[in-house]
Amino acid sequence: MSDGGLLQLVERVAGWADHGEAVEAYVARSHHAEVRAFEGEIESLSSAETEGIGIRVISAGRQGFAYAASLDGAIVAETLAEARDNATFGTVDPFAGLAVPDGVEPADIDLWQHELAEFPTDAKVALALEVERATRASDTRIKGVETAGYDDVSSEAAVASSEGVRASTRRTVCSVYVDAMATDGTQTQTGYGYSVARRPGDLDVAKAAADATHRSTRLLGARKPPTGRLTVFFDPMVTASLLGLLARALSGEAVLKGRSMFADRQGESVGASALTLVDDPTNPAAYGAGRYDGEGLATRRNLLLDGGVVAGFLHNSYTGRRSGTASTGSAVRGGFKGTPGVGSRALTLTPGDQSQEQLLAQFGEGLLVQSVTGMHSGSSPVSGDFSVGIEGLMVRDGSAAEPVREATVASTLQRMLHDVAAVGADLEWLPGSAAGVTLVVGDMSLSGS
Amino acid sequence: MIDDTVAQRVLGTALRTGGDFAEIFVEDRRTSSAHFDDGRVEQLSSGRDRGAGIRVVWGDTTGFAHTSDLTETGLAAAAEAAGAAARGGGGGVREIALTRADGPRPAGVEILPQDVPKAAKVELLQTADDAARSEGGAVSQVSVSYADGRRQILVANSDGLVATDDQVRTRFMVQAVATGDTGMQTGYEGPGATVGFEMYDDVDVAEVARTAARRALAMLKARPAPTGTLPVVLRRGAGGVLFHEACGHGLEADLVGKDASVFRGKVGEMVASPLVTLVDDGTYGREWGTYAIDDEGHQAQRNTLISEGALTDYMWDFLRARKHGRDSSGNGRRQSYQHLPMVRMTNTYVLAGDDDPDEIIRQTPNGIYCVQLGGGQVNTATGDFVFGMTEAYMIEHGEITDPVKAANLIGNGPEVLQAIDAVGNDFDTWAGTCGKDGQGVPVSAGQPTLRVSAMTVGGTAR
Repeated sequence: MSDGGLLQLVERVAGWADHGEAVEAYVARSHHAEVRAFEGEIESLSSAETEGIGIRVISAGRQGFAYAASLDGAIVAETLAEARDNATFGTVDPFAGLAVPDGVEPADIDLWQHELAEFPTDAKVALALEVERATRASDTRIKGVETAGYDDVSSEAAVASSEGVRASTRRTVCSVYVDAMATDGTQTQTGYGYSVARRPGDLDVAKAAADATHRSTRLLGARKPPTGRLTVFFDPMVTASLLGLLARALSGEAVLKGRSMFADRQGESVGASALTLVDDPTNPAAYGAGRYDGEGLATRRNLLLDGGVVAGFLHNSYTGRRSGTASTGSAVRGGFKGTPGVGSRALTLTPGDQSQEQLLAQFGEGLLVQSVTGMHSGSSPVSGDFSVGIEGLMVRDGSAAEPVREATVASTLQRMLHDVAAVGADLEWLPGSAAGVTLVVGDMSLSGS
Repeated sequence: MIDDTVAQRVLGTALRTGGDFAEIFVEDRRTSSAHFDDGRVEQLSSGRDRGAGIRVVWGDTTGFAHTSDLTETGLAAAAEAAGAAARGGGGGVREIALTRADGPRPAGVEILPQDVPKAAKVELLQTADDAARSEGGAVSQVSVSYADGRRQILVANSDGLVATDDQVRTRFMVQAVATGDTGMQTGYEGPGATVGFEMYDDVDVAEVARTAARRALAMLKARPAPTGTLPVVLRRGAGGVLFHEACGHGLEADLVGKDASVFRGKVGEMVASPLVTLVDDGTYGREWGTYAIDDEGHQAQRNTLISEGALTDYMWDFLRARKHGRDSSGNGRRQSYQHLPMVRMTNTYVLAGDDDPDEIIRQTPNGIYCVQLGGGQVNTATGDFVFGMTEAYMIEHGEITDPVKAANLIGNGPEVLQAIDAVGNDFDTWAGTCGKDGQGVPVSAGQPTLRVSAMTVGGTAR
């Protein structure tokens, strides 16, 4: 079934809406290939297509949902019946409803590279083997590779509703990745490297291998640092996950339901003037980009923090309606198995004008955090408590010095926003929903020995 | 789900161009959930997922394909794709005779959730919301989730094995938000078990909700967690995650085989305090990680991993075990038919010791008392791991005093295992989802109250 076929299917289901009932159908189909390499051999090769449908019914102010991992006609009809039945148990909510077309035109972006569909399996295998080989060969201290491989996904989705929504999207993405293990004879350290692109021709295997080697070997000899307070330099990959945590507090749903530290603070300054945060899924450079959101409205550029001031929140059609504003095209779905929530897809800070090296030189002393663990076990976007395990390098006399491990850095998100001292110039789009950039945060607690 | 004769022919197709081993895994999963938030039933949701994953092993290479088309034609197409992926060469037709080896069912399910009226499920949500809010005006928001799932599986392989299982799981989760002068705090409680709707004979949803609410309220009075190293007492149940992270993952044979575990080559050695006996037990009661057969058709087992401090064995899936000429330990699991199986934990717990839990606290002059953990993460190659405390208190002069804010604890697995210096005579378990390589599976963890003599606490207090 082509892309047009998916759209026809959801339009047909939306057409089954009874009088006084609103029906939305969302279908997704993706083709996924994964090759894993280990010690010069192919460890596994998977190739599979996944498809399914999620149907939302709103009747008399109540919502029901059902999904099925099949587009078989009889199963689709059963799924609609199940969603209808589920709707009878909801609490009546005057704001319940589907998205209504708002006239915003989708961005003219093409995220589909046909080259990927024709990329032969042998070539995928070769990339997976090469990233593993290149990493092993890069440095005598590399003792092995925990995971190395090639992945790609071509996905198509379509959504249509009885309210007149009609949208389809498609995109491709591929990547090579490697987790290297380095040893100095007494200690093992690990480091991650990857390259991501919309088409295989743009993948940089050498960079992935070199990054993994650099990041694992530079931690060799790492020790537990002394406890203290210092300036922290977050590496771009870490900043990207920090932004993801922060964005959860900028969701209109969190605000409406009293789970956001930014509720009632629109227009107020909550952070340093260096902080301008935007979610822009219309930017084709972002891997979370798309022409339409999860409810079929056009995506758009949303300014969230403007020079440290809360400029706006993200909304889907429900939270927009209930807040007395409108959807910002920020409905996100985790596939066909769930209803649209509210979320960011392409977060980015406005970059500054200094490289990471220049920032280390400018601030002189502190801690460069290469990776964090426990971002979701020790931190909360509701309370703002922030505590993560870290690996990285101390910064002394303006440059990276001895490596450290088995320590934590902590603060609160509220304080960290005010303590942001600089944003780097090294902006890069990462796999997932945010761009990475070096972020300098003053006065954090380092807990070690 | 599919006939044995169909399975036989599909396995034959999978190995037509060669290969050492082929397997077909069929899964039919039905889920239902109900979500209550912000004072209202937001929605009920139901789902149906059905399909088959086929793998072909040829030397050290595994080819894998899956399909949602369970007709013989659909299965044969997936079998050919998996065979091609494994790069089969010569081969020839192989005849496979299947022998049924169904596992003993886990403790029988009394009430299939699919037979329970939806209204009865919805009623639980309202009860929980009322109970949480009754804990005090500072409880400003409550979200409640009900979930059940039935997963029927069939595994058939070219060794002639065919086995089935019918797994029913039930879960109830409450998150409360409390608001005070110091801002907002959250509290969570989420019991789950491998049972049907009869779980609610034992689990009082109002009590679950009150626990979550009290947790959020307590945290409003929390002071910043300390920094530096301190003794940490983990209340029964709460610290099971510590062992899951500190050594559980490092004892998975796939990671050991890749030299990505600090426990490689340590069988027979003392890797923990002699007070520690650690077990992974897929047969344990009606726990969240229990099943009759694993996702490769092998019976769940009780495996002792560490006995009085000495490492006895790793956990094995079929593929790794086969390479070492031994039996699987029943730990081959996968998230769904769309995923390849790998070595996973089930219910991982430390056996109770002799110490009086209250005495352990009394004999801790200054430290942390951790009541609930929010999950963790480990780097098995270095052994460094973290876990988050979501309800914890200071211990001062041998007494539990003020609550402390959420923070991560960090340690090194082998060092922390050696630093366990007291093990209580009580016991409890905790249900969670374990993530590995992008796949989530239900697991539980358990332990008695115990003390780690020193761990690094990731707070902010000077």
